[in-house]
Amino acid sequence: MSADVELQNVSVSFGNFYAAKNVSVKIEKGEFFSFLGPSGCGKTTLLRAISGFSEPSDGQILIGNQDMAGIGPNKRPTSLIFQNLALFPLMSVADNIAFSLEVRGTGKVQRRKRADELLELVALSGQGDKKVHELSGGQRQRVAIARALAIEPEVLLLDEPLSALDLKLRQKMRTELREIQKRVGITFIYITHDQGEALTMSDRIAVMNQGELEQIGSCHNVYESPRTPFVATFVGENNAFYGTVSAVDGDMVNVLADGHNFLAKAGDLGEGKKYTFKKDDKVIMFVRPESIFLKDQNNQADNIFTAGFKAIEFEGNLKNIYMSIDGKQNVRCSVSNAVDTTDLSNSKNVELKFSSRDAVVLPVGPLAVD
Amino acid sequence: MKYFFNKNGPLISTYLIIAISFWFVFLIIIPQLYMFDLSFRPNIPSLLRGGPDDVYTLIHYKHFLFGSQTSGESYNYVDVGVFFNTLLIAILITLINLCFCYPIAFYIAKVASPNTARLLIVSLIIPFWINELLRSFALRILFAGEGFINNALLKLGLIDNGINFIAMDVALYTGLNYAYILLMIFPLYNAMETLDKNQLEAAEDLGSSMLKTHFRIVIPHAKAGIASGCTMVFMLTAGALATPVVLSSPNTFWFTQLIYQWFNMNDNWPRGAAYSVVLLSVSVVFVLLMMRIFKVKIGEIVR
Ligand SMILES: Nc1ncnc2c1ncn2[C@@H]1O[C@H](COP(=O)(O)OP(=O)(O)OP(=O)(O)O)[C@@H](O)[C@H]1O
Ligand SMILES: [Mg+2]
Repeated sequence: MSADVELQNVSVSFGNFYAAKNVSVKIEKGEFFSFLGPSGCGKTTLLRAISGFSEPSDGQILIGNQDMAGIGPNKRPTSLIFQNLALFPLMSVADNIAFSLEVRGTGKVQRRKRADELLELVALSGQGDKKVHELSGGQRQRVAIARALAIEPEVLLLDEPLSALDLKLRQKMRTELREIQKRVGITFIYITHDQGEALTMSDRIAVMNQGELEQIGSCHNVYESPRTPFVATFVGENNAFYGTVSAVDGDMVNVLADGHNFLAKAGDLGEGKKYTFKKDDKVIMFVRPESIFLKDQNNQADNIFTAGFKAIEFEGNLKNIYMSIDGKQNVRCSVSNAVDTTDLSNSKNVELKFSSRDAVVLPVGPLAVD
Repeated sequence: MKYFFNKNGPLISTYLIIAISFWFVFLIIIPQLYMFDLSFRPNIPSLLRGGPDDVYTLIHYKHFLFGSQTSGESYNYVDVGVFFNTLLIAILITLINLCFCYPIAFYIAKVASPNTARLLIVSLIIPFWINELLRSFALRILFAGEGFINNALLKLGLIDNGINFIAMDVALYTGLNYAYILLMIFPLYNAMETLDKNQLEAAEDLGSSMLKTHFRIVIPHAKAGIASGCTMVFMLTAGALATPVVLSSPNTFWFTQLIYQWFNMNDNWPRGAAYSVVLLSVSVVFVLLMMRIFKVKIGEIVR
């Protein structure tokens, strides 16, 4: 069984500080949904309101179309995996997993049977008799998942459960979490500040900033059509060019920035609508580093400009080239490691190009990194 | 040892070693060994000490058991009775103390906000600035025949005649319970303090009731603290003197009162020493036995 979760204008306040403001979202049955936002933006607060550990100060939370107001965490069809897992260190792995059955008075034999089933589900067969501290980080992760699944929740809530793991394990666990979700078929609500995590696992993402939702959409939608400058810079990397509109032609906008006249598309407002701009509007044009190409790279592009070379940074599979226009506007471009950049280091000026289809124009607003 | 010196520097290391060995040797080992030795000696004037009559003997222990130094026919029901009564009540007091302090410690450690917790701890400590004797007398006034409680109950019309709390030993048990309350609360608090709050919430989320959460998670976590608090309260209650002297009814005797009598009024130090040795060794054995049963190691207690 799986249930949908609907937040209607949910606000959570501590005194007169609002940790979550007017959040509205409908999460579908069986969906892998992520809340993505920087540290302190109110993700945990929101998750605790969904799980029932705190009550929203305003608005409603519906799970399976039922209003959850006044219903405690143990009565909700949700199960929460804590940021630090909160496994019980004095119990064996199997006892941890079957704890929810134990407190409901299920017999020992049946408990063990269920624990073994769940251990198999999370690929830990035969580890039931170990103590929690004898497991590795990734294994503990899986025990926490198994323990949360033991109550057969309709919605599983995960609070940055991978943040304590190292990079390799994190990547492995992403795939695994996604597989477990498909196998059990219930709704997963996942919280993270790591956009890579959100993008690889989720069906849909809600980007949060300072307690408010900035954008809800599929991974592609959020990455390719950011609705606010915050989303554009928080999800993935982006070059921000501050400028003014010089001409508008339908969805295409001419932006005058740093002495260049760039052509770019107007940002999406969602539901098929686009931002509308008029001449002399102050705007930011966003171009992702991987959409900017060196001039000799084979690619059709209608914007061409020159920037001064500053530095090159090796990142394994790709290289980041840092440049600036007139020493003011920083430009970053990412190319595959296979691209030859040897003469770049000797030249002062680099010719760059990008397609107007890859450039998004948004009204001026705060960025994620200032 | 070398590491110890390097870490603390020669001056501080020397001070620590001298202070600790002084404390250990002069304040604990020597007096206790002296008492132990004394308990096997006859009660003779100090002039005859070291003379031909000063031989090792078991008469004081015999007296404790049989009431006479020579015959072993009938048991010394009075003294042995007082002894077991003292131990039994000390155990009961310890248990009541535990039940009473557990919720308080849990509240301070895991429920209260930091400010409230600090306030509660201070208000628990401050009454103990008043010395034990004074606190006992205050309780006596409270529980006396014409005391505050009786007067209040009479005024409210809840009772017709004053209740003799002293004779019923209510005053004594209250006093003993209260006397060592901090020694129970603080070890419990220390142990519970380290429990991750998320574990309590996780248990709740998994459907555990408050009571089950305590039995399965809080108590196992705080086991060492519970053992340490119980040990201290039991030992100190069994060895309490001031509170029983002030608060016990005329026909209730605390074993320490007997010891005190042998030492002071009857001027029989060796017998007093023997009684002390009995109390100490039985208490220690009892505590060790309990720790064995509940699988607590000494090392955990002092953690
Ligand atoms: N109990 C509380 N009392 C007062 N303020 C709180 C409380 N809990 C959280 N906050 C505040 O609410 C804001 C959001 O906190 P929250 O824990 O939801 O952030 P988060 O998005 O989960 O961050 P992180 O990624 O670091 O876990 C923070 O500014 C925090 O200081
Ligand atoms: Mg958080």
